[in-house]
Amino acid sequence: MSDKTQIPAPRSWMFRAWDSDVAYSFRTSPVAIVAGAVSLLIILLAVLAPWIAPHNPYDPSSLNLMDGFTPPMEPNAFTGNVYWLGTDNQGRDIFSTLLYGARISLFVGFAAVLFAMVLGISAGLAAGYRGGWVDSLLMRVADVQLSFPSILIALLIFGVARGFIPPAYRETMAIWVLIVAIGLSDWVQYARVVRGATMVEKNKEYVQAARVIGAHPLKILVRHILPNVMGPVLVIATIGLALAIIAEATLSFLGVGVPPTQPSLGTLIRIGQQYLFSGEWWILLFPSLTLLALALAVNLLGDWLRDALNPRLR
Amino acid sequence: MLAFIIRRVLQSVLVMLVVALVSFSLFRFVGDPISSMVGQEASIADRAALRDALGLNDPFLIQFARFVGDAVQGNFGISYRLQQPVMELIMSRLPATLELALVSGIVAFIFGVGFGVYTALRRKGWASNTIMTVSLIGVSLPTFLIGVLLIWVFAVELQWLPSFGRGEVVSVGSWWRTGFLTHSGRLSLILPAITLGLYQMTLIMRLVRAEMLEVLRTDYIKFARARGLTNRAVHFGHALKNTMVPVITITGLQLGSIIAFAIITETVFQWPGVGALFINSVRFVDVPVMAAYLMLIALIFVVINLIVDLLYYAVDPRLRVDRAKTRH
Repeated sequence: MSDKTQIPAPRSWMFRAWDSDVAYSFRTSPVAIVAGAVSLLIILLAVLAPWIAPHNPYDPSSLNLMDGFTPPMEPNAFTGNVYWLGTDNQGRDIFSTLLYGARISLFVGFAAVLFAMVLGISAGLAAGYRGGWVDSLLMRVADVQLSFPSILIALLIFGVARGFIPPAYRETMAIWVLIVAIGLSDWVQYARVVRGATMVEKNKEYVQAARVIGAHPLKILVRHILPNVMGPVLVIATIGLALAIIAEATLSFLGVGVPPTQPSLGTLIRIGQQYLFSGEWWILLFPSLTLLALALAVNLLGDWLRDALNPRLR
Repeated sequence: MLAFIIRRVLQSVLVMLVVALVSFSLFRFVGDPISSMVGQEASIADRAALRDALGLNDPFLIQFARFVGDAVQGNFGISYRLQQPVMELIMSRLPATLELALVSGIVAFIFGVGFGVYTALRRKGWASNTIMTVSLIGVSLPTFLIGVLLIWVFAVELQWLPSFGRGEVVSVGSWWRTGFLTHSGRLSLILPAITLGLYQMTLIMRLVRAEMLEVLRTDYIKFARARGLTNRAVHFGHALKNTMVPVITITGLQLGSIIAFAIITETVFQWPGVGALFINSVRFVDVPVMAAYLMLIALIFVVINLIVDLLYYAVDPRLRVDRAKTRH
């Protein structure tokens, strides 16, 4: 008898996550599953690169120049070594350089998105909650910045920052400058969305209640308003990740991104382009395909997330 | 009306001043301008004298005012790397960039509108589906990758088109060197123009398609059909005409982006334009060229935005009506 009236034990968070609307929408969307699987695969390969790459492409002692220009899946003419995806001009295994390259691309992408997100959310919360001159100043800056393409802004910030850094540190600082430049070029999106949502949320009862019991404004912003404006932010962040990866690849391709000692996917494409005319197509093809797969998968994931979190489409 | 124009112009001037401040601080704080001018054997007294003569000891605001005055006259000093006046360098390379931007803009507009109208009128056909799918891929491909792929297919494999440079150029007037008038110049233009225009084309195409679908549902289109007008008159005389205002606005705004994205295309195709000059100046920290390009690109954007805003105000009566109402 007693077990019938018993309150069911609270489900574990894993069950609740599995049972949620977003997870259901993910399970029923083949595009999202494939895109998620591809993204996850590339991210895992990149993170685990030092342990799973067959060679360390940046350890000069493991390189054999005789192995250079080996076509994929064919034995090298001199050494007889076979490489899955072939080797580049210095005999580096393309598969290994890809893993290490994706690692750098993803690191820059995630870091830039994180930077843009923190900056944009803080600015948006401040502008939306405070209003007044803070709001008009931030939104004026945002308007001006939005009228320029973000890749141009990233390029200009990178150039200006490079000018200010003493020459001795330019190479080592390049990757951080790149992250800041891409982040600064993209923060406006977050700021505008968070500002709009904050202006709606701040007049709701729960915020007024928090204010009445005397909570600190900072606590209201972070603990009460922020969780309620995170939905659209996550969508922008996912699409922003694809944009940041493409921006990084573009700058590195132009030769103004990461230094050649830490090649990202963009740098690898730049190197591959030089060997296109002599017929070594694989040096170009595989980095390009990886970049394309990564950007497309993250983009599709962002599209799916936008629809899944949109209550009007349910 | 006048108040709106004045406010808008003042805003543009303010943006330009902020950009000028960034350019000026680049000049002032990156390295020592004196060391980049004199040799190693110059004495400290000589350096101090030169510093005084150049006015580098003046207060910040006076120096900034002088910089702005020079910039307005197009004087950005001499390139550290190429040892030529910066303005001369930019002017000699500007025609290449403008020709490329113009051709890709026109290509993007014509094909964008054409495909947009086609996919709106035949929504279900296989050709429409193909166009829409290809445009989706075109949006997600980075510009430089499109360029590299085009080079691979058309220059390396098929060997139909040149992969780099402008081909032969002919001087027109005193400083404009054009590639339009020679065969090799026109051939060299094809691949870069497609690369640069593809993204804008998909943008225009999607916009035209969406606007057309919207307009085709309206009552006046039904009425035009009821009057027995031919399909051609309905589609092009009535529907297309009414979609063109937003399309022209967006295309105008995209002109700046085309010039900005030319940086990437020019690097891929080694096109001797301003964008390639800028990339090299970033790589070698050639401050005068960087500063001048910064000001130039900001000016282009500010002017385009200003013109579009003013045109909007002139074209869209609703903006004026709102203003008149608030006055009463």
